Amino acid sequence: MSQDQAINVVGLTKDYNGLRALDHATFEVPVGTICGFVGPNGSGKTTTIRMLLGLIEPSDGSGHVLGEPISHPERYLHSVGALIEGPAFYPALTGEENLRVLATLGGFPHSRIKMLLDVVGLGDRGGSKYKNYSLGMKQRLGIAAALLPEPRLLVLDEPTNGLDPAGIQEIRDLLEKLAKSGVTIFVSSHLLSEIEMISEYLVILQKGKVIFFGKTEDLLHRTKPTITAIPRDNNDLSKLYELAVKAGHDARIEGDELHIDADEEWGAELNNLAFQSGIILKQITPVRPTLEETFFAMTEEKE
Amino acid sequence: MIHVFRAEWRKLRRPTLFAGSLGAVIGVTGLVTSLLFLLIDSQSGNAERGERITREILELSSGLSIGFSNSAGLLGLVALCVFAAQTAQEYTYGTLRNLLVRQPRRIQLLIGKYLSMVTFALTTVVVSAITSISVAFALSGRAKVSTSAWTTSDARSALIHTFINVLISTIGYGTVGMILGLLLRSPISSISIGIGWLLVVESIIAIAWKPSSKWMPGQLLSIVSSGGTPIGMSDALSYSQALIRVSIYLIAASIFVGLLFRKRDVSN
Repeated sequence: MSQDQAINVVGLTKDYNGLRALDHATFEVPVGTICGFVGPNGSGKTTTIRMLLGLIEPSDGSGHVLGEPISHPERYLHSVGALIEGPAFYPALTGEENLRVLATLGGFPHSRIKMLLDVVGLGDRGGSKYKNYSLGMKQRLGIAAALLPEPRLLVLDEPTNGLDPAGIQEIRDLLEKLAKSGVTIFVSSHLLSEIEMISEYLVILQKGKVIFFGKTEDLLHRTKPTITAIPRDNNDLSKLYELAVKAGHDARIEGDELHIDADEEWGAELNNLAFQSGIILKQITPVRPTLEETFFAMTEEKE
Repeated sequence: MIHVFRAEWRKLRRPTLFAGSLGAVIGVTGLVTSLLFLLIDSQSGNAERGERITREILELSSGLSIGFSNSAGLLGLVALCVFAAQTAQEYTYGTLRNLLVRQPRRIQLLIGKYLSMVTFALTTVVVSAITSISVAFALSGRAKVSTSAWTTSDARSALIHTFINVLISTIGYGTVGMILGLLLRSPISSISIGIGWLLVVESIIAIAWKPSSKWMPGQLLSIVSSGGTPIGMSDALSYSQALIRVSIYLIAASIFVGLLFRKRDVSN
């Protein structure tokens, strides 16, 4: 595999008691990117993450993480930080003690613990027992634990679960900062708007199959953009509709709006055509599909 | 492996577990040894199973070790609970995945964890020995038991032998706990099944079919802890036979669960 890929899997498959959780997944994640890993519940995201971390063995296929085969996780896990399926710590220990257990186990310097607690906003609560933490605090501790090894690759499964909007913003900023410093981030989330904001690369799973991997902008460009136009006089809607159809575009009227499948560049042409026909437009808005819309369109398509 | 050992000790030394276990060890060893002296003239007996240990026996050079030896069963149960809970809770808390990400060599993880718990068991045995000896000396005057033989080299030798036997037995019980923890992946199930089997099921089977006591792991560990002939088991196996049998059981079971742990998917 190429040195510029942090993750590369080919035909990765996992069967559980005759049930196929992951079906010949093939994708790659370039080094230094934030890669969103999305898919409906039960699509195989966590199974994939567990295989990448050596927790479960693939039934078939192969994979490499940081250039090393996933059959030898001991060769790369010292450079990988992970938060898998929510945080899991010892309730009777404090947040700081929990990090000390993991730092001792991994042979990482304990001097990082205080700094990491500050980074995730737990600087003043590190001495509290984990069992007294809120869900958001537990999540933050999980992220701190993932950062213990100064990772080259960070694998995060739903890192913003339980966080309030300010917390989500903080984590987003942190991930962007880490990515700028060269860390590859592989992050799964059901918050597609979050993923869209931070991910330059995407892997989309559905029913155990990879239905897309590549640049986020490439995916968003796949879905047709639309132009929404609203005439000042509602009676001009059908006339405007005819103009759009005559120009070769699909269009539909919804309420007092006309939605036209066309690039935003055609907006100027529409404005001109409307003016020539004596129609005054109150509003003309190009609409780019969001990741969420694209995701639902894709997953419905593949049903 | 040293990292695993040290990381495990960070969990073992938490006050509720460490002080709680040692408190139980001190309390029950103190009680068992106290009863030996305080009920010395009682017709209903002053030891396990209503046995009577006379003043003459306690005055022997081996008399100093009797209270400690009689506490072995309790030490075994403490070890079983600690080993089982510390192993199975990694599954119930979901922390095993964190441990395996930081130490992917599974057998090393298991051995490091086991060795740390063995040293914990060693600590409980040392504390038990100190408690028992202290209580024995403190109550010997009141029970009119002469301690002159307790300070001889024979007494030291008997104490060392008892210590080694109790330690082996305690580690044996702990190993049973760890095996159950790995198999059942639940602290409550592991502890209840372990204690239920060793204390209840084995006793019932032994009553119904006496030769079974030569084959049951709990009975074999009792023979080891008492140095060969536990009180109330006059026709028991020899020490070496019991040690060999129980070692075979534990080594075979450990290899089995070790291989299982190495191959089993961690999906919780």
